[in-house]
Amino acid sequence: MPKLGYLTALTRALGDELERDPGVCVFGEDIRVGVANVTKGLVQRFGPERIVDTPLSEQAFTSFATGAALSGHRPVIEFQIPSLMFLVFEQIANQAHKFSLMTGGQVKVPVTYLVPGSGSRTGWAGQHSDQPYSLFAHVGLKTVVPSGPADAYGLMVSAIRDDDPVVVLTPAASSMTFESVNLAELAPLPLGVGHVVRPGADVTVVAVGQFVGQAVEVAEELADEVSVEVFDPRTVYPFDWQGLAASVRRTGRLVVIDDSNRFCGLGAEVVAVAAEEMRLLAPPRRITRPDGAVLPFALELDRAAQPHRDQLVTAIQQVCKEGR
Amino acid sequence: MPKPSADTGGSRPDAVALYRTMRMIRRFEERCIALVKAGEIVGGIHPYIGQEAVAAGVCAALRPDDVITSTHRGHGHVLAKGADLNRMTAELMGRTTGLNKGRGGSMHAADVGLGILGANGIVGAGAPIATGAAWAAARAGADRVAVSFFGDGAVSQGVVLESLNLASLWRLPVLFVCENNGYSSTATVADMVAGTIVGRAVAFGIPAETVDGMDAEAVAAVARKHAERARAGGGPAFLECATYRFDAHHTWEHRSFVRYRTPEQVDEGRRRDPVRIQGERIPDAERARVDDEVEAALEEAVRFALDSPKPDPADALDHLYATGLRPRAGVSTHA
Repeated sequence: MPKLGYLTALTRALGDELERDPGVCVFGEDIRVGVANVTKGLVQRFGPERIVDTPLSEQAFTSFATGAALSGHRPVIEFQIPSLMFLVFEQIANQAHKFSLMTGGQVKVPVTYLVPGSGSRTGWAGQHSDQPYSLFAHVGLKTVVPSGPADAYGLMVSAIRDDDPVVVLTPAASSMTFESVNLAELAPLPLGVGHVVRPGADVTVVAVGQFVGQAVEVAEELADEVSVEVFDPRTVYPFDWQGLAASVRRTGRLVVIDDSNRFCGLGAEVVAVAAEEMRLLAPPRRITRPDGAVLPFALELDRAAQPHRDQLVTAIQQVCKEGR
Repeated sequence: MPKPSADTGGSRPDAVALYRTMRMIRRFEERCIALVKAGEIVGGIHPYIGQEAVAAGVCAALRPDDVITSTHRGHGHVLAKGADLNRMTAELMGRTTGLNKGRGGSMHAADVGLGILGANGIVGAGAPIATGAAWAAARAGADRVAVSFFGDGAVSQGVVLESLNLASLWRLPVLFVCENNGYSSTATVADMVAGTIVGRAVAFGIPAETVDGMDAEAVAAVARKHAERARAGGGPAFLECATYRFDAHHTWEHRSFVRYRTPEQVDEGRRRDPVRIQGERIPDAERARVDDEVEAALEEAVRFALDSPKPDPADALDHLYATGLRPRAGVSTHA
């Protein structure tokens, strides 16, 4: 089977949807040459009218896409830097997301906001290293974080087809991953449905993005001492609570590894819901960035502020010791 | 100028239509202020009184398929673009029969079927939305135009300046209509705006002119000229309409003690009343007839709103997602 790269999967998803639906168009900076390696070749196939290089006016072109969406288009915006999402939070959270409710259901705003290379890029420092999915989840934006190439394809296609605005944050740490796939079997993946990547009996590890692969590796390493189930929600919001509950019913223990800051992050919500609604044999554990973290530049510091697989190993071992 | 026609008693039909729209907006706003005081409209409104010539004049130059984005002070634009008076009133009173089913209120009233992409609570936020809608129209090969209404405060918003750049760069059929009413909230233009307002547009290569925003016919003529140019592929234009806000920035001001202009200054500003100016252009008898029609329509609208059902609290988050996704409730469920 051919190896599909993560970014190539995104390119393929964009190409397929541009082909399928004439309303799809792409806005962004340097997308005609494809600086982020996602939109390469699209302008040759679909022309500059649909693959639109924009000035460095993130706020304007984000709401510009809303205006296009209100007029029947299905725009995709590529952002070069995850931290730009703070700049356009008004246009996404306060405008596009609110239009459906505020108009009493008169409109839909089917815009996809794609950040290829979200999270730490290793050495890009404070203003290029955020992973803001919990922020979007908090305000109710549909938010997906694909963990691998096939998921990237399937979730990207569904995001574009969805009638609501969707934020797609693909981790920089996953960008260079490859997966053997039968290209003919690539298909849309439903938003809001997670899946068990690796079944286990003793503890459920909820992992997002690049941590899904790491959690599976850890699970294999620990296979002699504990049976770890890895649950990938795929969509951060809406979260697949039923899928998680089914897993926790089997294992009774929960660890979350989450590239958000600790306070009000995804991990906090997962642990809170588990405490309220699920039967746990032991207190759950979270591994996140520290409270209010800003990623420092130096490599040692950048890594120190991110969740680490060693922390995951420890958390799994601790949670499995308790409540026996 | 349009030719006189017999059925309007010899006056110009445009003049009567403009007067009717302006009188409707004026009386609607006065009625809404009373409804705010009576507690029938919650949250208050940003009255459009004094600025009626801008909405009426610009919208007179538009077609039904043209689109507008509006502002927090948006009632005039929404009504002038043709929104149903009953449903507009019901919206402000939070009824299910409202334009937005009571989900938007004063600052978000919209009727997308009429090209009204919504009033907007954030100053300047409509400019890029209108610009994107103009792009879509151009892409579709349609000769629709988009109008972005905003106030003088919005010319200090980056997103408005970014939109001017996009619109000019791509020659998009969008009219930027700045209603300079003298105040961004309580601050004067002189205290808040460096350079000139039209100078901003000129810097982006956009034709810009200042028009008497108290004269609806003057506004309509200039808007029509630029709309036609935009329809023909000539690109965007910028209108600064010089007007004056007669009433409060927000009805909250009626109960507060903010003082940023003297009664004498307000009296001076009110000396040129756009509704009176337009009313004097039509025969007295016709004006009286229009006034009566407006009063009757407003009576009916308020009655319609009062008789309309209030929404069911269980439906508070209806329409949050176009796909019908239902959010979790705010109270935990238990295992």
